Amino acid sequence: MGEKLLMKGSEAIAEAAIRAGAMAFFGYPITPQNETPEYFSRRMPELGRVFLQAESEVAAINMVYGAACTGTRAITTSSSPGISLMQEGFSYIANTNVPCVVVNAMRGGPGLGDIAPAQADYFQATKGGGHGDYHSIVIAPHTVQEEADLMFDAFELADKYRIMVVVLVDGLLGQMMEPVEFKDWVDVKKFKTPEWATVGQGDRAQRNILISFDILAEGLEKMNLVLQNKYAKIRENEVRFEEYKMDDADYAITAFGTVARIAKTTIELARNEGIKVGLIRPITLYPFPEKVIENRASNVKFFFDTEMNEGQMLEDVKLAVNGKKPVYFHGRLGGIVPTAEEILDEFKKHLGG
Amino acid sequence: MKTIYKVPSAITSRDTTYCPGCTHGVAHRIVAELLDEMGLTKKTVIVWPVGCSVFGYYFIWTDALIAAHGRACAMATGIKRVHPESFVMTYQGDGDLASIGIAETVHAAARGENITTVFINNGNYGMTGGQMSPTTLIGQVTTTSPYGRKPELNGFPLHVPEMLATMDGPAYIARGALDNPQHINQAKKFIQKAFTAQQKRLGYSLVELVSTCPTNWKMTPVESIERVKREVLPIFPLGEFRAVKGVE
Repeated sequence: MGEKLLMKGSEAIAEAAIRAGAMAFFGYPITPQNETPEYFSRRMPELGRVFLQAESEVAAINMVYGAACTGTRAITTSSSPGISLMQEGFSYIANTNVPCVVVNAMRGGPGLGDIAPAQADYFQATKGGGHGDYHSIVIAPHTVQEEADLMFDAFELADKYRIMVVVLVDGLLGQMMEPVEFKDWVDVKKFKTPEWATVGQGDRAQRNILISFDILAEGLEKMNLVLQNKYAKIRENEVRFEEYKMDDADYAITAFGTVARIAKTTIELARNEGIKVGLIRPITLYPFPEKVIENRASNVKFFFDTEMNEGQMLEDVKLAVNGKKPVYFHGRLGGIVPTAEEILDEFKKHLGG
Repeated sequence: MKTIYKVPSAITSRDTTYCPGCTHGVAHRIVAELLDEMGLTKKTVIVWPVGCSVFGYYFIWTDALIAAHGRACAMATGIKRVHPESFVMTYQGDGDLASIGIAETVHAAARGENITTVFINNGNYGMTGGQMSPTTLIGQVTTTSPYGRKPELNGFPLHVPEMLATMDGPAYIARGALDNPQHINQAKKFIQKAFTAQQKRLGYSLVELVSTCPTNWKMTPVESIERVKREVLPIFPLGEFRAVKGVE
């Protein structure tokens, strides 16, 4: 770790990605995350790395796909409408088993929506988003420091599983400034072209073919099973979550990202009133920390899920609770950020029950 | 004994999936010959398209990818930018390149990406069963222009090389045809220059190859070749449209 810097989240993401060994950035401007590509555009040439502004998000993700097929650490960043345009590419990347990192600074939707912070892309990010049976690893930081830390993990996980990793944030986490301390630089001189990369056959005995295609259903089913086996390993090994004041909790709030951060204040307010409530904060949204929620179902009286959407993670919480306890919900839509007091008021409505 | 004919090492032993009279095989052959002759085979990555030549990697032996429909030039850009020592080529049809992928093509050309595109123009979507494409001729009957392509309804055929030649980014732009030995030799020369442009890092290069599609044109192979000469070449004339200094 080095010195402590005061940085905007959207710039800390870029700096962390660079220190984590991102060798290429391809992207297209979209609010509220333009500081991220702008930062890359300054820093990448200084380091002899690639920055390229693509003609569209569609092109950007396919440039990432091409770079990923050479085994190079590549990244794109965008926001909700741009991420929608990339879904075709995500699906191809999934079935080609190549690694890359994508940051989605979510904004209000649907459609053109607005440019305010939102969490309404949870389904799209965690359930696949494009066509076919696939998942990406989805991680959701809730502070600038965590954004910086998780960028390193994002690239490591992407390479480890040859999978796309989505870092799911929102405009608020991008715009806020907080102190941040970066992990040590990854030594990119140690990067080697992987055996599977398509860079020309060279001295290899065999050529490499990286495709998401098998015209025969039997072959395509096998490709799908490779993916499903990979997802099973990821669900087994890569679940991450934070439990906050859950040890003596009678009630559990579930929330991720920006709302989890606000919920921590709600918990302080509630505890000042003598209400023992804690927070279960999924850090990986896929794989979802279902076991911890399932286990806590025997300790708490109810769960209270709160998100900046109409109840998307709520479905995964309910699946994990599996009917053992009530699961209540409060959400705000269209880019409205709830206050800690508002969440507390909504939570307290269920205490009588 | 002097060898006067041999199969290029970059051609595999697999039978092609192409229809009788289709010129994909000829295009593959001259590409493979050039990869061998120019010593490029082992450093080449080909980005194959969606369309009949989605199976191209069965027949030309190089590292290979298949792009999403139309995205080959974007994918090739990603490879070339991080791995400039690789020789990167896209092979695309007229539906793939001139319709859904026209933005990726135009912008790769505008940026002067050091990649090469071999563009097969057979005037329709072959694999999906012969629908109208941007290069379908006026009056041409396809499965989605059953009354013939009408300008008032479908506009006019897109002349890709002529359009790209107006730009500063491309190093080499040409159109060849595969309907007779003279044209095939000329087309090979064009592709050789396109490959040279990339090797010398002079910018984007593209060679359109006017091709046949007997099955969807509902013609015999011989009739298809005659149609190219009679109807297609007057609309899509052959030649070099742009060649910057250093391309040879």
